[in-house]
Amino acid sequence: MNIQRLFIANRGEIAVRIIRAAQSLGIHTIQAYSEADAAMLAVRMADEAVCIGPPKASDSYLNPEAVVQAAKDSGADAVHPGYGFLAETPDFVRTVEAAGMIFVGPSADTIARMGDKVSARQAAEAAGVPVVPGSDGRISDMDEAAALALRIGYPVMIKASAGGGGRGIRIAQTPEDLAREAPQARQEAQAVFGDGGIYIEKVISRPRHIEVQIMGDGTRAVHCFERECSLQRRRQKVWEEAPAFDLPEPTREAMCDAAVNMARAVNYRGAGTIEYLYDAVADEFFFIEMNTRIQVEHPVTEMITGLDLVALMLRIAGGEDLPLVQSDIQLRGHAIEVRLNAEDPLKKFMPFPGIVAALNLPDSGGIRVDHFLYEGYQIPPFYDSLIAKLIVHAPTRAQAIDKMTLALDTIEIGGLKTTLPLHKALARSADLRAGNIHTQWLEPWLEAGNLNVSAGGAS
Amino acid sequence: MADIQSPVPGTFYHRPSPDHPPFKAAGDNVAVGDVIGLVEVMKSFIDVEAEAAGTFESYAVENEAAVSAGDVLATLKK
Repeated sequence: MNIQRLFIANRGEIAVRIIRAAQSLGIHTIQAYSEADAAMLAVRMADEAVCIGPPKASDSYLNPEAVVQAAKDSGADAVHPGYGFLAETPDFVRTVEAAGMIFVGPSADTIARMGDKVSARQAAEAAGVPVVPGSDGRISDMDEAAALALRIGYPVMIKASAGGGGRGIRIAQTPEDLAREAPQARQEAQAVFGDGGIYIEKVISRPRHIEVQIMGDGTRAVHCFERECSLQRRRQKVWEEAPAFDLPEPTREAMCDAAVNMARAVNYRGAGTIEYLYDAVADEFFFIEMNTRIQVEHPVTEMITGLDLVALMLRIAGGEDLPLVQSDIQLRGHAIEVRLNAEDPLKKFMPFPGIVAALNLPDSGGIRVDHFLYEGYQIPPFYDSLIAKLIVHAPTRAQAIDKMTLALDTIEIGGLKTTLPLHKALARSADLRAGNIHTQWLEPWLEAGNLNVSAGGAS
Repeated sequence: MADIQSPVPGTFYHRPSPDHPPFKAAGDNVAVGDVIGLVEVMKSFIDVEAEAAGTFESYAVENEAAVSAGDVLATLKK
């Protein structure tokens, strides 16, 4: 192991998680903190702590020079970036390495390649991983567009090349729609974006979000099965499961194999995630992106495989070969994680950075809470609202939902408004229990007032 | 004199975005409900609205300053 002194360039619950993994490997921990985070749990747990700047993230956790300087000055030989902040910034990786330290994660080049939509799609196609069918770039000839749309199947999306965030998107249900809409879309794109380029992509209706956890050492790679993250609000995951539910076994194998192929093709080192959209009706999946970091929802994978993914990241970064072969990794039972945010779900999810009062965090019998809380702790207002993750593990999905219901009734986080009422309502939802959900399910469910009804005491 | 207080803790912004002018300048008329600034709290942006009408005097804290709930952010002249 070439890591003796690990610098943790993150905060909150993931910093606590990294410290625990490092301590289990006998590694000395050095925790970075901003002026607003001096009292956080990770600072109390680490062997040392170093202030890296003012509260504002852009002046501290997002400031590569400040982070690398602090790491170097503290005599660290490695930097773990956690998730978010600088975890997927290629230049940060280069700065860490230029200072003679190990970056716990993939190479700067891999991060850059996977972070770019076009090159990631090309890497997926080269590895034989299915991508969302479409024109693979601009299309200018309308006959060509019509032929392509017929081949990939209606409905299709017409997107402005220069658009983004949902702007400049039209849907054509039929060839007649396409003949009418495509020229209009080009005119509109020209007028709005000053660029009349359009492209065509298949519409995947009621898509589910399924992602595969992979782990590589630069040569070999394995998968740790998949997670289902279809419950999302404003593109943020809310409730995650492992494995995906009602997924045909050949499809699960194809998704996992494709992810491993892609990881191998890019000589992936460390923990990574291949994200797919899944069309359950057609039983088809499509690559959307790769995340080159440990993810928030990694505990559900740890629950069903028994692996410590963060410790594995550290061992690989420290120079070990992947200590596992695929057949070592067995899927056992079903796990669910819910994200507890300091927000009031009954008031449009208004943030609530208060002082933590009485705490009761269950931690036995297949229940785990990853968090950074203690009684009397003032949650700072400057960062993400995620304060804890409640994770349960049971033999079956139905039993896992039952266990989650019980855990949600047991857990107590006093002094704060949290998203607990949202999760209690979700755990009671017949649609969720039946697996009748997709990425566009949660927002209309909230708009229909389901949360207010359940929180009011009605069943 | 009327004070406009921060509804939440966070980071106070005078401007809707870095390339825009401040919401209000000295001498501007302020109506009830006018937005005079933003507070960023846990990655959400909350509008700071005037609860009384008047004439804008000045911001009481710097742009991008850390503020607590209840801090005076700006003052009005009646």
